[in-house]
Amino acid sequence: MSNKMHIKMNVNGEEQEFLAEPRELLIHTLRERLDITGPHIGCETSHCGACTVTIDGKSVKSCTMFVAQANGKDVTTIEGLGGPDDLHVLQSAFKEHHGLQCGFCTPGMITRASKLLEENPNPTEEEVRFGMAGNICRCTGYQNIVKSILAAASELQAAKEAAE
Amino acid sequence: MSVAKPLPHDAARLHVTGQARYVDDIPTAAGALHLAFGCSKVAHGTLQSLDLAAVRAAPGVVDVLTAADLPFANDVSPSAHDEPLLATDSVHYVGQPLFCVIATSHLAARRAAGLGTAKIEPLPPIFDVETALAQNSRFEDGPRIYERGQANTALETAPIRLSGQMEIGGQEHFYLESQAALAVPGEDGDVLVHSSTQHPTEIQHKVAEALGVPMHAVRVETRRMGGGFGGKESQGNALAVACAIAAMRTGRPCKMRYDRDDDMVITGKRHDFRITYDVGFDATGVITALDVRHDTRCGWAQDLSLPVADRAMLHADNAYFIPNMRVESHRLKTNMQSATAFRGFGGPQGMLGMERIVDHVAGHLGLDPMAVRERNFYATGAAAPPQSTHYGQEVDDFILPGLIAQLKDSADYDARRAQVDAWNAEHDVLKKGIALTPVKFGISFTLTHLNQAGALVHVYQDGSIHLNHGGTEMGQGLFQKVAQVAADRFGVPMAAVKITATDTAKVPNTSATAASSGSDLNGMAVRIACDKIRNRMAAHLAELHQCNVAQIRFEDGYVITPAQSYTFAEAANLTYVGRVGLSATGFYKTPDIRWDRIKGEGRPFFYFAYGAAISEVVIDTLTGENRILRTDILHDAGASLNPALDKGQVEGGFVQGAGWLTMEELVWDDAGRLRTHAPSTYKIPAASDAPDIFNVALWDGENRADTIYKSKAVGEPPFMLGMSAFFALSHAVSACGPDYPDLQAPATPEEVLASIARAKGV
Repeated sequence: MSNKMHIKMNVNGEEQEFLAEPRELLIHTLRERLDITGPHIGCETSHCGACTVTIDGKSVKSCTMFVAQANGKDVTTIEGLGGPDDLHVLQSAFKEHHGLQCGFCTPGMITRASKLLEENPNPTEEEVRFGMAGNICRCTGYQNIVKSILAAASELQAAKEAAE
Repeated sequence: MSVAKPLPHDAARLHVTGQARYVDDIPTAAGALHLAFGCSKVAHGTLQSLDLAAVRAAPGVVDVLTAADLPFANDVSPSAHDEPLLATDSVHYVGQPLFCVIATSHLAARRAAGLGTAKIEPLPPIFDVETALAQNSRFEDGPRIYERGQANTALETAPIRLSGQMEIGGQEHFYLESQAALAVPGEDGDVLVHSSTQHPTEIQHKVAEALGVPMHAVRVETRRMGGGFGGKESQGNALAVACAIAAMRTGRPCKMRYDRDDDMVITGKRHDFRITYDVGFDATGVITALDVRHDTRCGWAQDLSLPVADRAMLHADNAYFIPNMRVESHRLKTNMQSATAFRGFGGPQGMLGMERIVDHVAGHLGLDPMAVRERNFYATGAAAPPQSTHYGQEVDDFILPGLIAQLKDSADYDARRAQVDAWNAEHDVLKKGIALTPVKFGISFTLTHLNQAGALVHVYQDGSIHLNHGGTEMGQGLFQKVAQVAADRFGVPMAAVKITATDTAKVPNTSATAASSGSDLNGMAVRIACDKIRNRMAAHLAELHQCNVAQIRFEDGYVITPAQSYTFAEAANLTYVGRVGLSATGFYKTPDIRWDRIKGEGRPFFYFAYGAAISEVVIDTLTGENRILRTDILHDAGASLNPALDKGQVEGGFVQGAGWLTMEELVWDDAGRLRTHAPSTYKIPAASDAPDIFNVALWDGENRADTIYKSKAVGEPPFMLGMSAFFALSHAVSACGPDYPDLQAPATPEEVLASIARAKGV
């Protein structure tokens, strides 16, 4: 097809190269083309955050980004953060502090939280609440999500201080 | 012991790494097809023709189904056979599926679905309560009426009498995972359906009817849902049936997931209610008579509206003994989405109506509503015999006075109420409010035969355990709680127990995971199955060792006889070698319940679950904006099977309930189109909307009824704790003027502004 575009991107540390219609949405690229199903489709209008990924250091809702816009970029999904036997501090915190129920929002939530803690390594509870307001959870009432993020933040801070 | 431990959700490790699979994540064979519905744009009319030429010609389209293509039953109703999968000769709401596109991708199917045109001769639609009543458009012949005493006579003799009305809005479920199904054709006409459903057996039943095959030809599997909240009790039927028909027709796997907009436009929501009341009371606030009327818009099809409206009637007393009480309920048929189950199932609307009446009585008398609440509570304690509800069930487990005393103390309610009043006296623009509301929620399906459950447990010769039961996992932690029961029965670590997907081929004839009953029913069924196997193992070992069965203990991964200790694996292997069966089913039915829904008499509930919440809010009287400043909750989960998961239900339930009553607003236009069909226009709570201070504790006490480990159901009851935010808003508004604010739900900023004007009498 002549209207396809040559796309190159790095996803979770692996180079990916393929032809795609420029208007293909990044979430479909990830889920259907690359079989990366951690990011979920919740609302398809950027409101719920279930599809959140990190692109070149920024949190992005992948349901409203064209694959063409991600061309040449570094994309990190929940799968790039840590696997079941190699949990990231945030992943452990969400597990231990019950920061999830149905789990559908969880990958996007943790991916967003990982950026939040880079933007603000030592946030207050209020900063966490506002920093996470673009990711919706319908189950938990957010209490344990906020707790998980604060716990991960202090663990990361402690590790940083120990290293210094 | 595994029971009562705050263990994480069973799939937490998979969820946090994105490895947990939902229906849309299941890998499908190459050639899988995708479905989308083409829907009516007209609210009511006669379907004259469909022009689908452009749909068929669209890229990627493999086939298009209309009602005429359906080989057998064209019905996806859970109750009254009044819900065609695809419209036949008439259409009843904007969003009703008319045809189904089968295409090579999800997007191709959706794009093509938009190309169809329907010729519909419009008929006058019915949207509002008045029109529905005038045209007698209703389900059932007339209203249901439950009455105890002589409400109307007692009203006439009551010292003070008040009347009023409250509108209560509906609510979109907004499960994060939209409805989804995947059907895989098998040999000889069999089909396997993966469905995001709370009710696999009903999916199996409806698919079998649609394919004209016995239920044994259909297997339904549900590993998990990305949220359910009642919205997946019946609303998944259409997708599963469409996928199964398409799969049989094409011979290829067929998948359907609703786009969020489609989901909100097509599927049913919480019932909205109008509550009209006439209440009699004395100068101290003791209510002697109440006549309350419920008008609920059920939408176009019956679905679960009758039991929903019944449950609203059964909770019209909330926690109060009202000697003369009459409840009249009208279930209206309207040209809108068919309202369906949603956490609380009518209970919240009935209960909110009663709390509104209490709030109004207190407002009239100038009392703290808490004083009125306390004066009307059901009797409790040794000195007072239990009182009965208006439907004749004795309230013999009423723990609210003690629970509320503890909550008031821990949250410093009395002092804070005085502080709020003092603060309001000094502030003109911002006003604060505080309220304590109780919850008494009946546990059991009111359709008595649904109170049954089955389980299937295998112990393998290596000592590992396969656990299966009829309950479904939607995030509530049911699978983990039930696995904790199984591990406890065998005295093994949790890792020995494999939790498996709900599967109609393993446990048949299951009830929906609904009515908060998942752990109560399935926990018991699993306990019974485990105990059968444990008893067989013990009997075999007792015979080998010539000891008494009672001397054999299952503890800490060991099976201990007086002579010798075996690992559980060794004991399992010995039992296997001894040619003793290591697989068992368990079956449980709730005892002591009976209910006549026509008379409104009986004991529909095995027990009640209780809770109470105190919320403090602030409003901006210039804009109507509001925030919850602090919430304190004490909730009764009995002897909790897993306090961490149960607390999670309480926190999530509260926020969802507060969202329903403060910000979630459904708006239909004059043509019957839902204008709030996406999260851009329908606001559900975000992390920044939850209370600034949020203290949640579980009541320390076991269930008096004989439930699994004396625990209590916890799925729905906490939802109604959200009422405290609503009545705190009412308190804040009442600080703006002398009149009763007459706050309607949801208390959006617009509604708060309007009620401020009412309080000021302008």
